[in-house]
Amino acid sequence: MTQAAKTRIRSKRDAATSVILLLEAVFILLLTRDSGGLISTFDLTSKRAGVTIAAPDLILPTFATLVVLGIVVGMVGTWQSIRGFKNTNLVLTSMIGIGIFAFLIWATRDKTLNLTGMLVSSVVRATPIGLAALSGIYAERSGVVNIGIEGMMLVGSFTSVIFASISDSMMIGIGAGMLFAMLFALLHAVLSIKYRVNQIVSGTGIIILALGITSFLHRAFIEKIPDLNSPGPAIPAFQIPILWKIPVAGPILFNQSPIVYTLFILLIVTHVMLYKTKWGLRMRAVGEHPKAADTLGINVYRIRYFSVALSGAMAGLAGAYMSIGAAGRFNEGMSAGKGFLGLAAMIFGNWNPFGAYLGALIFGFFDSWQEKLSILQVGIPVELLGMIPYIATMIVLAGFIGRSHMPAADGQPYEK
Amino acid sequence: MKRTASESRTNKSQQSERSLWQRLFAREGMGQAVLLPLLSVFTALLIGAVIIAFSNVEIIAAWKNLFSSPMETLKLTWQGISHAYQAMFEGAFGIPSEMAKAYKEWKTTGETRPLLEAFRPISESLVIATPYIFAGLGVALGFRGGMFNIGAEGQLFAAGLVATLIGYSVKGLPIYIHMPLAVLGGALGGALWASIPGALKAKTGAHEVINTIMMNYIAFRLTDYLLSGPMMRPDGLPISRDVLPSAYIPPMFAPPMRLHWGFIFALVMAWVVYWFLWKTPLGMEIRMVGANPKAARYAGVRNAMITVLTMALSGALAGMAGVGQILGVNHNMVRAFSTGYGFDAIALALLGNSHPLGVVLSSLLFGFLRGGAARMQSVADVPVELIRIIQGLVIVFIAAPEIIRSLYRIKEKKQEGPTAKLVAN
Repeated sequence: MTQAAKTRIRSKRDAATSVILLLEAVFILLLTRDSGGLISTFDLTSKRAGVTIAAPDLILPTFATLVVLGIVVGMVGTWQSIRGFKNTNLVLTSMIGIGIFAFLIWATRDKTLNLTGMLVSSVVRATPIGLAALSGIYAERSGVVNIGIEGMMLVGSFTSVIFASISDSMMIGIGAGMLFAMLFALLHAVLSIKYRVNQIVSGTGIIILALGITSFLHRAFIEKIPDLNSPGPAIPAFQIPILWKIPVAGPILFNQSPIVYTLFILLIVTHVMLYKTKWGLRMRAVGEHPKAADTLGINVYRIRYFSVALSGAMAGLAGAYMSIGAAGRFNEGMSAGKGFLGLAAMIFGNWNPFGAYLGALIFGFFDSWQEKLSILQVGIPVELLGMIPYIATMIVLAGFIGRSHMPAADGQPYEK
Repeated sequence: MKRTASESRTNKSQQSERSLWQRLFAREGMGQAVLLPLLSVFTALLIGAVIIAFSNVEIIAAWKNLFSSPMETLKLTWQGISHAYQAMFEGAFGIPSEMAKAYKEWKTTGETRPLLEAFRPISESLVIATPYIFAGLGVALGFRGGMFNIGAEGQLFAAGLVATLIGYSVKGLPIYIHMPLAVLGGALGGALWASIPGALKAKTGAHEVINTIMMNYIAFRLTDYLLSGPMMRPDGLPISRDVLPSAYIPPMFAPPMRLHWGFIFALVMAWVVYWFLWKTPLGMEIRMVGANPKAARYAGVRNAMITVLTMALSGALAGMAGVGQILGVNHNMVRAFSTGYGFDAIALALLGNSHPLGVVLSSLLFGFLRGGAARMQSVADVPVELIRIIQGLVIVFIAAPEIIRSLYRIKEKKQEGPTAKLVAN
């Protein structure tokens, strides 16, 4: 692509950004229409499992706040159309965040919404999606598309429930879930690396196979022997000393399931591994240009097998979180599309761990907002509001908000 | 001299064998195109038998006595497996003795009721096969055009919604206008739903796999909304209003049989898809884009247009699966009206090597498997989900034919078709 063409595309995207921002400003100002004199109350107190962490209510005059937010977005949009920002992605993301906040203010006019509770449940709901996204990153950074995460998660939740029920140990359950999901990942690895099967076909096969096996065994054994499906109550939240008592931030970040902290640690570890270590460099090299990597003496196949196995372990952890970590039992087809959402979050985050987790948080947020808004009775059908994350993913994928850069050799089998 | 003579004779007999093989399948390579899927299904069913054996508590108990009474153990295992598969056969086709009895009765007395009852299982299997054929054709057409349409399920829902809407809201039309209108509207709904990811792919290069999955979820949410809101029945259940009889796809037989003319239409559509893909210029352009997009562009094909068209046609066919279920079988729409037909269609298209005839045959096979599985569950206590395991195994075997080849020691031959391309990449 020539320099001129690149500039043209960028200016086109900049123009689109300013149009989006101005439209958003108009939208926010339109929300003020019948909100004169009303007040939006956000309850920040956390009440969870009998523990109350008090925080003052956030009380906002609906009309005035919306006007201020609308003007801010409008000014940013105008500046974008005249001068332009350097980092349009950041500006756009934060402005869309403001837009969502404005919508929440409008929806809670004359009512009360527990914002802390909503954010807590966002983090909870984002966890399996985030782990699935990490699973996707490990596989795809090494050049193997793993669309079968959904199936591996199911296997993980199923086996973890069985082993936790038999052994009465959550750790053994989680370990078994990760191990068996890894076995399925290795099947995917053998098919796509050794037999060079189309990776999407292989992944689809793994999803159907996993769905079949787990549902079959569930019907054949677990329904008849309920003891196998009783790993005990969900893994309790672990309170990080002192920090968990901080209002608002405490309940959201420091009073969660140990698996949530594991995810936080894994995000850091993955980031460091990918960008600061020899292994990460090799993995990325294999995903971008396997031939070059091979020429330099890197064993392409070994790296890919290893990465796909790790990917399976992550998916297994995600599955274990859903069954013994949250639900406390196994249900048929309980992954319910979380694996696909994880892949979407991964693309959203441009194949970077932290970006992917941001994408997962957005999915988690919209998941819980759908539930909260149905309680508030906004007048807009919640089902339609629930479509927003999927539409947003498609928009991101289409490159309207900055192009995503997938690993160059993603999905291509390597032949020596 | 003698030895060479005998050698040449064995050579000759081998040659004549091969020529017989060739005569049977007209073209070399065609044999494997048929043999490998058959062996894949066979192997999957074998593994299914093992799973049946080991999900039966009695058989597991018997295996503990393997060394003291091996024959007894094997006999019990065999009985368990054959009992289950026999129940499956009876569920898929009917019980032969009863079918013969009912046929005799009909011959002598003209009583049709027992006949219809006896032949009902086979009709039920074909009812299941009907959406499979449509959705499988849709995915197969997508494969031929190089598009992985994983969103057949969503297109099925979109088409079902449109067909239901036209089915109950348009009133006072005769059946020969109302029914085709509802069918056409549904197909258009599916086409529109699929062409969005198609257009995004053509315009921006966004991968169709994730986009069609996202469109699935959007379709599910839309269905939730419409069925619990605008399209809801007056009694408040999340079920759509009933389709008017003038929009029904007429049944082929009297009531206990649910088989409708949509099945025949599906077979006709299979032929139409074959004719379109292999006998028309547009179909050839679709196959060119699927086989080699760069070459197609140099040959003057408008790739972007073809990509959108491929997805639209694929979606229309997948949508027909939903239309047939609603206008032919259910006559209203519920959230659970499709039991994963769209997702299973991927397996069918792969199994049928993306060829309409192959899709029809594999759809019939899975229709019978699924139809039989229900009886297998009630009689032999083997969960229906066994079918899904078999399906998954079939995909794995079809995708990696090396596994089947090494199991049965078949030599490799060059394969044709997009599945081969998918495999060889």
